[in-house]
Amino acid sequence: MPDFGYKISKDRQINFDENSKNLFAEVAMREPSVYRCISCGTCAATCSAAQFTSYSLRKMILLLKRGEDKEVITSVSRCMLCGKCQLACPMGVNTRNLILSIQNAIKKLSHV
Amino acid sequence: MLQEGKKALWKEYQKEIADDRYFYVRSCVRQNFFPASETTFLRILTEELGKSVYEHPHHTSCSGVGYHSDVIPFETTMTMVARQFALMTESGFMNFVPSCITSFGLYTEVLETWHHFPEVEARIRETLRKATGREFEKPANLAHASDIIYKLRNEIADRAKYKLVNHNTGQPLRGVEHIGCHYAKMFPHKGVGGAEYPYVLVGMIESWGGEVVDYPERRHCCGFGFRQYLVKANRGYSVASSKKKFESMAPYKPDFILTNCPGCPYFLDRWQYAIAEMEGTTYGEDGMGIPVLTYEELAGLVLGYDPWDLGLQVHQVSVEPLLDKMGIPYNSSKKYLGKNGKFLGVPFKPAAIKVC
Repeated sequence: MPDFGYKISKDRQINFDENSKNLFAEVAMREPSVYRCISCGTCAATCSAAQFTSYSLRKMILLLKRGEDKEVITSVSRCMLCGKCQLACPMGVNTRNLILSIQNAIKKLSHV
Repeated sequence: MLQEGKKALWKEYQKEIADDRYFYVRSCVRQNFFPASETTFLRILTEELGKSVYEHPHHTSCSGVGYHSDVIPFETTMTMVARQFALMTESGFMNFVPSCITSFGLYTEVLETWHHFPEVEARIRETLRKATGREFEKPANLAHASDIIYKLRNEIADRAKYKLVNHNTGQPLRGVEHIGCHYAKMFPHKGVGGAEYPYVLVGMIESWGGEVVDYPERRHCCGFGFRQYLVKANRGYSVASSKKKFESMAPYKPDFILTNCPGCPYFLDRWQYAIAEMEGTTYGEDGMGIPVLTYEELAGLVLGYDPWDLGLQVHQVSVEPLLDKMGIPYNSSKKYLGKNGKFLGVPFKPAAIKVC
C-alpha cells in the first residue's frame, strides 16, 4: 500500500438509535441541576484531578447526554470530591452531588 | 418523506436564470482536475445551442480558495470580486456565470453583503477605483454554470444521441447526484430546489432518461472543504467524509455519480482509489469503482461527444462500464492519445481497484 501520510479518520457520528440515554435520565432525576450546564468548562479548568489525568466533568456531562456511557463509567471514579468545581460553576450546578449521582446511577443500572 | 412531498418542497425554491449573453468565469482548479469540462460547457452553449458567451482574458481567481482557507481577508476578496464585475461591465455581457461552486457561493455572499451593508459596497468601489481606476455594475443575473445546463436540459435532450438508459435492458440508469456545499447550503434561495432538495442535477438526469436514487447521506459533504485537505494531517477527515457517502450509496448500486462542484468529483473519484488501497474496499461492480462525472461530461456523453474528447480518460475510476451500459462506442486504443495524436503514456494500474 502506498504511504499516503494519513489514515481514514474514525467516524464519530453518534447513533441515538443505538445509544441509550437511560443513565443520563437517571442522573438528571437525582440531580436536576445538570440541566443548567452550559458546557463552559469552568469545572474542568479548576479541577485538581484534571491536572494529572484526562478527567473532565464538562466532557462527562456531554457524553452522558449523548448516551456514550463507557468513558463516563471508567473515569467517574477519578473525582476526588474536593468541590472546587462547585464553587466555580457559574450556573450553580451541584457538581459534587452530580458525581455521586452518576456513581449511584451506574450501580443501579448495573453498568458495573 | 415521499418523493411527491420532496418535489412539492423544492418547487418553492426557484431562481431566475438568464437564457443568453453569458459572462463566463473559469475555475482555478477544474482545468487540472477535469480538463475538458469547461471546454465542453462552451462547446455545448456556443456550437449546439447558439448562445453568446464571453470570457475575459484578464479574469483571475475569485480568491475563494484563500478566503475559505483563512489566508485572505474578506475586504480583499470583495475587491477582487469587484474587479471581476468591472471586467464583466466592460464586456457588456451582464449575466455572470461562474464555473466553480465556491466562486458562485462567494459572489452570492459578496452581493448579499453589499445588499445589507451599502456602506461596505461604497468602500469597496472606492478601493477598486483607487487601485485600478475601474468602475463596475452588479450582474443582471448570477447563475452557476450547472444552472445554465439545467435551464437548457430539455434542449440538450432534444439533441441527445444517447439516453441515460441501459441499452441492453431498456431500464433507466440509476444515478446519485451530489451538490457542492457552496451551491445552496449558504444561501438556499439562490439554488434551484434550495439546500435540502436541490433539483439542479436531478432535473438533468431525469430529462436525459435516467433515474435518481435517494440515499441517506445524499446531502453530506464530499470532504473537499478546504481546511480538511489543505493540511495533509487533516486529509483523514476528508476521505472519511467521502467514505461515509460511498457506504451510504453503495447498497443502491448506482451506475454513476453526478456532481456540479470542482472538488466533489475530484475527491469522490480519487478517494475511491485511496480507500481501496487503504482498506481494500471498492464500491462499484466487480471490484471497480462508481464512475463520477461532472454535469458537462454527462451532457457531452448524451450529445454523443467522443468520451476521450471529454477527458474521461483522466478519471481514476474507469467510465467504460457506464459507456457500455449507455451503448456509447469508444476506441480503447485512442484512450491515451493527445489531441495531436501523440501517445501520452498509460497510467500506473492500481492493485486494489480494478480499472479498464
